[in-house]
Amino acid sequence: MEQPNLSYIENMSGGDKAFEQKLLDIIQKEFPEEKQVYFDNIEAENFKEAAENVHKLKHKISILGLVKSYEVAVNYEHNLIENSIEGKADFESILQNMTDFLKTL
Amino acid sequence: MNCIIIDDEATARAIISQLCSNVTSLTVLEEFPNAIQAIKYLNQNEVDLIFLDIHMPDFTGFDFIETIKNPPKIILTTSDANFAIQAFEYDCIVDYLVKPITPERFQKAIQKAEASPVKASNNSNSSEHVETTSGNDLYVNIDRRLIKIDIPSIYLVEAKGDYILIKTEDKNYTVHSTLKKIEEKLPDSLFLKIHRSYIINVGKIIDIEDNSVLIKKDVIPVSRSNRPELMKRLNLL
Repeated sequence: MEQPNLSYIENMSGGDKAFEQKLLDIIQKEFPEEKQVYFDNIEAENFKEAAENVHKLKHKISILGLVKSYEVAVNYEHNLIENSIEGKADFESILQNMTDFLKTL
Repeated sequence: MNCIIIDDEATARAIISQLCSNVTSLTVLEEFPNAIQAIKYLNQNEVDLIFLDIHMPDFTGFDFIETIKNPPKIILTTSDANFAIQAFEYDCIVDYLVKPITPERFQKAIQKAEASPVKASNNSNSSEHVETTSGNDLYVNIDRRLIKIDIPSIYLVEAKGDYILIKTEDKNYTVHSTLKKIEEKLPDSLFLKIHRSYIINVGKIIDIEDNSVLIKKDVIPVSRSNRPELMKRLNLL
């Protein structure tokens, strides 16, 4: 599985380390909240709402440089809109991958 | 140019704000996590440019554009490239940025905005803007306008397919919504669902007969399952 990285954040910050830390702090706070809302909607079988959650999580997937994972999320979002959970396991392993990475920062 | 940022994601707002800080000709006046707060701000303030997320809960970026009168220049920001075609339907949209936004692409968008002939407009005199919601008000989207309804004046809400009919003391409103959605917005202390197609303002009941209530001039059926709750709510002698 591809590994998250900080390439995008470092590129867009232009070397502003204070901003990089600020952005990571926001992600560290926002990501678990968004993840929880997604899991709650999946548990309640609110697939349309879960698709919205995946849509929002896609941005953080791309911020952490996960190009292939982003495509997995795009497909899963479309499946959820069609009330299908195909791709759920793959998507949730991406979330776990991101969670593990954020813990190391 | 003065600008505001509208995005429900804090991470996105921080990134756009940072990218703006690298452009000397750009000043970020405010950031908003939803469109309603931004509309309130635009009622009082003039801006040249808006960075607008499309995908926001309840009130999307396109809803926002259709609500404000004479919108200023807008750069759309989204994680979904599929909305690009729809974006071209609006003259005010000068560019379309797909997240994650790179500094190079951002710079290009700013150049487009600066070169765009679309004029920023003063929205302060517009009568079509939304005020914030307060405890007694409900805002409904009708013909691209948010109309304020005084909640206690509502006496009946009726489901009609994909629409609901809201009846008030003065006027009736047909709104594209569901009974479930409006039920969540109405206070339990005043309103009660008495049938799968009807919510009534209990205080407006004139009389109750068998399995129906008379409310104003409307006779509304009461379903068997909802009748006990209705009876509980009455101050019976």
